Amino acid sequence: MPALLEVRDLSIHFGGIAALTDVSFEVAEGHISGLIGPNGAGKTTCFNCITRLYQPSSGRVLFSGDDLLQRAPHELAAKRIARTFQNVALFDRLTTLDNVLVGYHSRYASDVAGWRRDDAGRREALAVLDYLGLLGIADRPVRGLPFGTRKMVELARALAASPRLLLLDEPASGLSAEEVVSLAGVVKRIARDFGATIIMVEHHMQLVMSVSDHVIVLASGRKIADATPAAVQRDPAVIEAYLGAA
Amino acid sequence: MRDERVRRYGSVALVALLIAVLPHFIPSYGAFELTYVGAYAIGILGLIVLTGASGQISLGHGAFFAIGGYTVALLGQKLGVPYWISLPLAALASGVVGLGLGLVALRLEGIYLALATFALAVATPSTLKHFKALTGGSQGVVLSPLAVPGPLHGLITPEQWLYYVTWTLAGVFFFATSLALHSRLGRALHALRDNEIAAVSFGVNPHRYKTIAFGWSAAYAGVAGAIVAIATAYASPDAYGIALSLALVTGAVLGGLDTLWGALIGGVIVEFLPLWAQNINPAAPSVIYGIALILFTIFLPGGIGRALQSALNSLRLRGGNQHARS
Repeated sequence: MPALLEVRDLSIHFGGIAALTDVSFEVAEGHISGLIGPNGAGKTTCFNCITRLYQPSSGRVLFSGDDLLQRAPHELAAKRIARTFQNVALFDRLTTLDNVLVGYHSRYASDVAGWRRDDAGRREALAVLDYLGLLGIADRPVRGLPFGTRKMVELARALAASPRLLLLDEPASGLSAEEVVSLAGVVKRIARDFGATIIMVEHHMQLVMSVSDHVIVLASGRKIADATPAAVQRDPAVIEAYLGAA
Repeated sequence: MRDERVRRYGSVALVALLIAVLPHFIPSYGAFELTYVGAYAIGILGLIVLTGASGQISLGHGAFFAIGGYTVALLGQKLGVPYWISLPLAALASGVVGLGLGLVALRLEGIYLALATFALAVATPSTLKHFKALTGGSQGVVLSPLAVPGPLHGLITPEQWLYYVTWTLAGVFFFATSLALHSRLGRALHALRDNEIAAVSFGVNPHRYKTIAFGWSAAYAGVAGAIVAIATAYASPDAYGIALSLALVTGAVLGGLDTLWGALIGGVIVEFLPLWAQNINPAAPSVIYGIALILFTIFLPGGIGRALQSALNSLRLRGGNQHARS
């Protein structure tokens, strides 16, 4: 299968600290990939380089052959790249529905579109909310929602962008055990129903290993493994990075 | 859902009807005062777009009032341009300057933007006085009154005519603003205000939308300034000082920045609060502005508009429950 995303020799340093050093990997279209590693390994930094929130010191990020580093951060949504955030970055004073409609932003034809009650964006946003079982809170301000629900609203907003590439930053953090089990199902369903390629930064190993086609392991800003879940779990370098064997 | 719409349109229709018949029940001077309320409401509507929706602060909107006022004054005095042409040009001139200031504002955040616009407000009167040849210096510019059109002669007074023109414009701007804030544009502004990084990640171009908000807001302030100048029949530098800019911000905060009704309430406050306060003491208005701003920011950040809405909602809920029980 052809690679949808190619990260080549990506490096970034903040002052004297090298957060990523020559990281390269490919993500095949339609795959679910896990991006794991101990705390401080550079996983979120890697996401932030791909989505242009950080400017890498060197390297390339190719999406479907297109060099993303030549694009402004706000241009990625139109290429159908969407993400969620580690610390839940919702628009707190807006309702659930309006949050999801911002996800539809780059798909509207003009700035004055979308004020009618039956426009295409609204229909699709409601369909996404229905898909994730959030229809009941469509008109609620997101500020007061429980944490797990807020994470699902973030996911709904990302889906409204109709993503070809979906980046999930620690989707399981802060969720209860039951919520994590249902999340695994949701991630698999999304990959299937939306045809989305998914990369997931996650610490919850059981979740990563059960849904991923492919796992990339970072440690101290370098890639130390890149293989199937089963192979990664047996990899001595990965075990050492996690257990800190001398 | 349907009930809510009926209620919303119902309250709008009721207010519109009240505004339409009001001049026939009050003295002509009352209509004159309410014209100012309408103009200030349009100006504050601009602050609701800028500060309420996009989260940017302007303490210098008096400067855009000045651009609007002087545009209609000078076009009328020097070139004899009628108001129906010069009023849109006032909006345009002010809007273009607002876009320019919006580009500058992109580099300033929070307190720095507040300070820069504050400086603009302070500089406006002296700038107007400096270009004497064009603006007439401290003398100001006299405007001709708005004439009542032929068919309405004898039916309404000039004060009433300006009142109706002002409130018709206000109605159009309220409606247009409501639509725009519920479209992609409005949601983009709200998204930038609440979380810029997330907004950008979903395709919202921060520079574009923040600049649009400034230009849009300034255009409203330009129209408001033009109406005030026409009503006063006079544009003078000292009318557009820091006092006006701060009164507008105070009106916006007290009225409420997150509901369009806040502009209406704010307009009433800007026009009538100084008149009431002056009865207490000539220095009272600015003291009351200051105290009210502090109290509202702490205890009622949503302003009177939000408070009224919550009060009505809870009343309705209680009424609904009693209804269900009986």
